[in-house]
Amino acid sequence: MLTKKEQEEINNELKLFPAKKFAIIEALSIVQNERGWISDEALKDIAGYLEVSNEAVEGVATFYNLVYRKPVGRHIIHVCDSISCYVMGYENIAKTLKDKLGIEFGETSEDNRFTLLTIPCLGNCDHAPAMLIDGNLHNDLKPEDLDDVLNDYE
Amino acid sequence: MDKPLTQNIKSGEEPLDLKAYEKAGGYRALKKALKMEPSEVTELVKESNLKGRGGAGFSTGLKWSFVPMGEDAPNQKYLICNADEMEPGTFKDRLLLEGDPHQIIEGMIISAYAIQAKVSYVFLRWAYKTSSKRIQKAINEAYEEGYLGKNILNSGFTLDMYIHTSVGRYMCGEETGLLNALEGKRANPRAKPPFPQVSGLFGKPTIVNNVETLSNVPHILNNGAQWFKDLSATGEGGTKMYGVSGKVKHPGVWELPLGTTMGEILNEHAGGMKDGLAFKGALPGGASTDFLVEEHMDLPMDYENVGKAGSRLGTGTLIVLDNETCPVGFVQNLEMFFAQESCGWCTPCRDGLPWVAKILKSIDDGHGKEEDLEILQGHTKKLGPGMTFCALAPGAMEPLQSALKYFREDFDKHITDQRCPWR
Repeated sequence: MLTKKEQEEINNELKLFPAKKFAIIEALSIVQNERGWISDEALKDIAGYLEVSNEAVEGVATFYNLVYRKPVGRHIIHVCDSISCYVMGYENIAKTLKDKLGIEFGETSEDNRFTLLTIPCLGNCDHAPAMLIDGNLHNDLKPEDLDDVLNDYE
Repeated sequence: MDKPLTQNIKSGEEPLDLKAYEKAGGYRALKKALKMEPSEVTELVKESNLKGRGGAGFSTGLKWSFVPMGEDAPNQKYLICNADEMEPGTFKDRLLLEGDPHQIIEGMIISAYAIQAKVSYVFLRWAYKTSSKRIQKAINEAYEEGYLGKNILNSGFTLDMYIHTSVGRYMCGEETGLLNALEGKRANPRAKPPFPQVSGLFGKPTIVNNVETLSNVPHILNNGAQWFKDLSATGEGGTKMYGVSGKVKHPGVWELPLGTTMGEILNEHAGGMKDGLAFKGALPGGASTDFLVEEHMDLPMDYENVGKAGSRLGTGTLIVLDNETCPVGFVQNLEMFFAQESCGWCTPCRDGLPWVAKILKSIDDGHGKEEDLEILQGHTKKLGPGMTFCALAPGAMEPLQSALKYFREDFDKHITDQRCPWR
C-alpha cells in the first residue's frame, strides 16, 4: 500500500496530466524519495494506484539511471565517469573510493553506509573530477581529500 | 563588447531576484512582446537568425513558425525549456540556470506567447540541485508579480510553468525522447514526422528549446534583429556560451561573440595548456562532435565554419585532448558512455555501440588486432546518419571517425606494440 503521504503527493502531480498513466516517473520519484528504493512491492503499489500494468512501471523504472531497483545504503555516491573527469583523473578517484569502501561500482558497503555508483557528466567539467554524495556536489577532487569528504556522511 | 546573456551574472553570488532583475531592465521585453502579434514575435526571432544553442543549430524562429496558429489550431500547446544538459563536457546551461533564472523565464514566457502555448515546462537535470532551487524561486516570484498565471499583465494571455526533474538518461536531451520522458515513458525517440511542432507532448503542438536559446529571446525583443546579428564575429548572429575543459590553465565558460576562433578561446580565455603539456586536439561542442586539431586554431567557431572543417559547433563547449592523455582511452571513454546511454530502440545503435566500446577497450588493454581498425571504420559508416532511428549513434561515431583520421598512428602503435604507449 502506498502511504497517505505518497498518495497525496502523487495526486498533486496527477493534476498536471491528462491521464493517470502519464505520472509513472513522478510516482517512482515520490515513492523512492520516501523509501530509498523501489522494491517489487512498491512497484506493484504504484502500478495499482496508476491503473497500469506492473510491466509498464518496471519498463520505466529500469530505463532510468536514478531509479534504484535494489536497496541502497544511507548515502549514495555518484562519481562522474564522463570525458572531462576522465581526462582530469577520474580513474584515481574511482580506485581510491573502491579501495576505501571495499566495494565495486553498483555495490553497497557492508555497514550499509555508502552505495557507490557512476553517473554521466555532472556539468562541472571546469572543476573536474567531480562527484555527488546525496546530491551534494564535491569537485576539484584529489584522492588525498576523499577521507575528509566522506567523513561528513556518517 | 556586449554580453547580454551574462550581464547580470556575478560569480559566487545569488542571482538577481525579480525586483533587481526588473531594475536591470528585465521583463521589459515581455511587456513589449505582449503588445505585438504572436506572429510578429516569431518573425522578429526568425529575422535575428537565432539558431538552437543545444547542439543542432536549427533556426529558432523557423521552428516556431511550424506551430499551427489561429482559430483552427489546437487549444492546448506546450513550450518546453530543455535544461537536461547531459552532453559530456558541457556545462554552459548550468551557468545560465544558476546565474540568471528570470532571464530564462522571461524568454520562455515570450516564446510561449509567440506560439500561444498555455503550459510550459523546465525539463531539468536531477543533478542540478542549485538550478532547481533558483528556478523554482524565480517561477514563484513571477507568479506573484503576475508574469505567470491567468491573464498576464491584462493581455488576455495565460501561461503556467512547472519544473520536471529528470530521473536521468542522455536520451532525454533528444527532443522526442524528452517528450516521452515527460509523459512518464521510456525516453525512446519517436518517429518523425509528425514533428513535435505539430504533434508533441500528449499529441499537442510543442516547442522544445534549449536554455541558452531561450535566454537570448528577451534581448532580441529589446534590441532588435540587426543588433543581434551585429553581436557575432562572423555573420551568424549573437553571442555564444563557449566553455573549455581538460588540462588547460583556466577551464571555464565565457560569453563571446559567435564565431570567435578556437585559438582565442583556448589561449586567451582558457589561458592555454598547463605548463609542460601540448595541445593534441579538441572536441569543439561536446562528446558527439568530431575532433579539431592544431591546424584549426584560426577557425571561427560558428555553425558554418566548424561544419566546413568536418565537425559541428554542437554545444560550443570544448573538451581538450593533451599529449599526455591517450587518444584511444579518450575515445573509449566516450564510446562506453554512448553504449551505456543507447536506449536500445534500434539494432545498429543497441548492438553496434557496445561492440565499438569493447574493441576500443581491447586495443587500449594491449590486445588489439589488425582487423579491429577496419571494424571500427566500418561502424562509423554503419552507425552513421540515416542508418539509425535518432542522432545518438551518428553523434557517437563523430569523435571515433575523426580520431581514426587524426590519431591513426596512435591506434596503430597500440596494436603493433600490444600495449598502450601512455601507460
